[in-house]
Amino acid sequence: MSGSEFVPLSLTPLLIGVFAAVACALPGNFLLLRRQALIGDAISHVVLPGIVVAFLLTGVIAAGPMMFGAAGAAVVAVVLIELIRRLGRIEPGAAMGVVFTTMFAGGVLLLEQTDTSSVHLDVEHALYGNLESLIWLDATGWASLVDPVALSYLPPELSRMALTLLGVLVFVTLFWRPLKISTFDEGFARTLGIRTNMLGLALVITAAIAAVAAFDAVGSIIVIAMFICPPAAARMMSNRLEGQVGWSVVFAVVSAVMGYVLAGYGPLWLGASDAVSAAGMIATVSGVLLAVAARFGPCRLRSGAPAGV
Amino acid sequence: MLFDALLLQLGYNATLVAIGATLLGVSAGITGTFLFLRKRALVSDAVSHATLPGVGIAFLVMVALGGDGRNLAGLLLGSAVSAGIGLWCLNWLTRNTRLAEDAAIGAVLSVFFGFGIVILTVIQTLGVGRQAGLEGFLLGSTAGMLWNDALVIAGGGAAALLLIVLMRRPMTMVAFDPEYAAARGISVSRIDMAMMGLVMAVTVVGLKIVGLILIVALLIIPAVTARFWTERSDLVVLLAGVAGGVAAYVGAALSASAPNLPTGPIIVLVSFALFALSLLFAPNRGVLAAVLRHIRFQRQVHLRQGLLAVAQEQLIYEPLTLRLLRRHGLLRADGVPTEKGRARAAKALRDEHRWALVRSDQSHEAAAAMYDGLRDIETVLTADQIREIDTLIGGPKEVSA
Amino acid sequence: MTLELARENGIPTATDGTAALKQSPFAIRGLTVSYGEKPAVFSVDMTVEAGKMTAIIGPNGAGKSTLLKAALGVVPPVSGRVQVFGKPLDTQRARIAYVPQRASVDWDFPTRVIDVVIMGLYRELGLLGRITGRHKAAARDCLERVGMADFADRQIGQLSGGQQQRVFLARALAQGADLYLLDEPFAGVDAATEKAIIAVLKQLRAEGKTVVVVHHDLATVTDYFDNVFLINTRKVAEGPVSEAFTADTLQAAYGGRLATAQVDQLGVAPVLGGAY
Repeated sequence: MSGSEFVPLSLTPLLIGVFAAVACALPGNFLLLRRQALIGDAISHVVLPGIVVAFLLTGVIAAGPMMFGAAGAAVVAVVLIELIRRLGRIEPGAAMGVVFTTMFAGGVLLLEQTDTSSVHLDVEHALYGNLESLIWLDATGWASLVDPVALSYLPPELSRMALTLLGVLVFVTLFWRPLKISTFDEGFARTLGIRTNMLGLALVITAAIAAVAAFDAVGSIIVIAMFICPPAAARMMSNRLEGQVGWSVVFAVVSAVMGYVLAGYGPLWLGASDAVSAAGMIATVSGVLLAVAARFGPCRLRSGAPAGV
Repeated sequence: MLFDALLLQLGYNATLVAIGATLLGVSAGITGTFLFLRKRALVSDAVSHATLPGVGIAFLVMVALGGDGRNLAGLLLGSAVSAGIGLWCLNWLTRNTRLAEDAAIGAVLSVFFGFGIVILTVIQTLGVGRQAGLEGFLLGSTAGMLWNDALVIAGGGAAALLLIVLMRRPMTMVAFDPEYAAARGISVSRIDMAMMGLVMAVTVVGLKIVGLILIVALLIIPAVTARFWTERSDLVVLLAGVAGGVAAYVGAALSASAPNLPTGPIIVLVSFALFALSLLFAPNRGVLAAVLRHIRFQRQVHLRQGLLAVAQEQLIYEPLTLRLLRRHGLLRADGVPTEKGRARAAKALRDEHRWALVRSDQSHEAAAAMYDGLRDIETVLTADQIREIDTLIGGPKEVSA
Repeated sequence: MTLELARENGIPTATDGTAALKQSPFAIRGLTVSYGEKPAVFSVDMTVEAGKMTAIIGPNGAGKSTLLKAALGVVPPVSGRVQVFGKPLDTQRARIAYVPQRASVDWDFPTRVIDVVIMGLYRELGLLGRITGRHKAAARDCLERVGMADFADRQIGQLSGGQQQRVFLARALAQGADLYLLDEPFAGVDAATEKAIIAVLKQLRAEGKTVVVVHHDLATVTDYFDNVFLINTRKVAEGPVSEAFTADTLQAAYGGRLATAQVDQLGVAPVLGGAY
């Protein structure tokens, strides 16, 4: 396909998809190792009530308030889950289930109650996003990459996602060591003076911010796939944390690119005319990668007893 | 309006929904309890999301065979098949790789759901249309429920309940202590499969009323709610059924009584309300009870430590201890113990010595096990036994003024 | 847990007076820890003597591990205060090395033996310091001291229990601390590992470091340790082995669950009479 087709129609969705995938996969590595993988599940369900509340409070569908609303909902959810876990002495999975389903139900209810006739805010979009629509119509070809006028019309989601990815990279690099130590041996980390509780919270909040930013592109439920599948597949390719994180980035990029391509061109190759959901395809591809790694990965078998067994 | 709804006076559709929802609530509550007791609550999330591809594929198959793609029984069958496949993948991942169960749950959940979305968009593009009916499975859609639909749901719910009643004993034993159950000859893996089968059945039945995203709530919240009220697993199961049924009934009624109140979310919110009340006010495990208990315990500890410190003429640092001693009239404002204080302190020290003797003597082993630093020895030994001990350590002395 | 010594007198110690208290590498006052409403540790005072090896012993569930963990801030106490080298715990963390029980760790974690030892150098490295050849060499030295130098590149899950314990010890050595606190280091390890570990600990003592060990094997107390601290929810006894590790104190701690023959076997000095 030529530059004059690729750049306006496919470049930006591809880039956004890749940035979103990597931004989620990075913190996902640590969540996976801490047995907190399902926090991603919880966060992506509560993003919906977050943006509904933001819409109710501001009356507009704008990125800023929506991001704040979603991030706020994520924090509220995490706090509530922790509260219920401790106060009720309930296992973490059940505590998560109680909180995120209720918040999601609240979000749906609010949505039904408000007058959304003037704006388009539907649940399905929140669930699986609309990556294909994030195009760069003002581009004419590869030359547009250096044309400041065309660049000013880049979809805002792109810079948002790029910034979020940068933030996630900074967090993971800066706190690599304490994250590694406290995930491996929390008691030891505490005796070194590492504030493990704060660090855990910071990790979850970083994941939430990545989820919120990616939510626009791929919807909330698919974000879970990105939190879990690339790191899980990577886990089976390497016995070192550095290797695992590296592989997870590779898998995230491959899932995003292949998913997008298959969703857009797959039907065409098969003789149909319309594209299918890019987000759904990205999740599916990441699942296939995970299945292959689970079957053939060099480090796929347990080598030691996990904690608590 | 609400009263009418609660008394099932609001018409055919509302009554159908209410009855179906209640059956669903009871069976979901009970089934979910077993999952919860096995600490596998979020497996239900994976199962429910894994139903989506099956729904879509069943639709396509039925249309391809010339029928109406939206036949409920067919769609539910498809959903059961793909949920079953999802479960199989979950077990495979947990058993054959180093991944933990939560990672497997998240992977199955998101990948199957993503694939399901792909199929939904395929259906969209095929223009065979009205896949809005299929999207109703995401959040539930109770408007215009058909008599046939209600029959399917009621039948499914009743069948699930019957199975539960038949298998409740082995399921409870496996949920509570799988090793003991295995030792008793119960096939743990078969019972686990049956449990998951029930979860699948309940999920599939609930797709129409509350949708796949919210069915998880009905499986988890009533079980957690019930847990606050009792320590016996068989009672938890029962109470969870009650909580689920009540929440479903009230929720369905509420939803029918006013416009713009979708059934699924309202039911979930009602069950959360029951949960919140239980969390806060349940007599033993509730927060209020625990806070009061902890405050009392802390006071007792500090008082006891303070008395012992006074008896041994040690310095007391902790402000809480000093405050408590003063408040009980055992210490004067300037830190000097009162007469009552010295008497109590001496008694406390004597009790420590008595306890030390008891704990080092094998013949008092049962009593020794009751030692927790705060207990009065009089509650554990008879007056004669205490006298006997006193002869060994020297009788109580007068506290000098 | 801040603390200031208001008055000089009135603070009892196991040995003598306040000079010992101020010098003590590890002093605990009035520590109570509970799980729910059941106290695991109740109103415990402890003063560790510098430059000696002290064993914390007591029956199962007596609160030995809990005592260490609460003192180090790993679990929260109901009451109590801790002083390390005469100062609050948080200011002295660089001087403490803690070796936890093996079971508390995820051995399936993707990391190599050498990486675990380098974790001990975290204080030096900070967040972003580069790991240079010097650090790696230091880590290898520590592995050498515990006899695990050949395993440096192995993934930790591939090690046996004894090998894992030695890696933990190497990590503690890398910290270059003055006070070493070990939680059941000899539990479930082979005889060779036990010999290697005790040799390293004695070496540390010879260097003037203080070693405190939660210990489970009464038969080896007199051989390995200078002082003991007996606990059974409450403190039972504290002091040099010859004074505090006696038939009477053991009876008091173990509630008469030790048969007389077992106590005789331990070769402890019986204390005649007994005053309360």
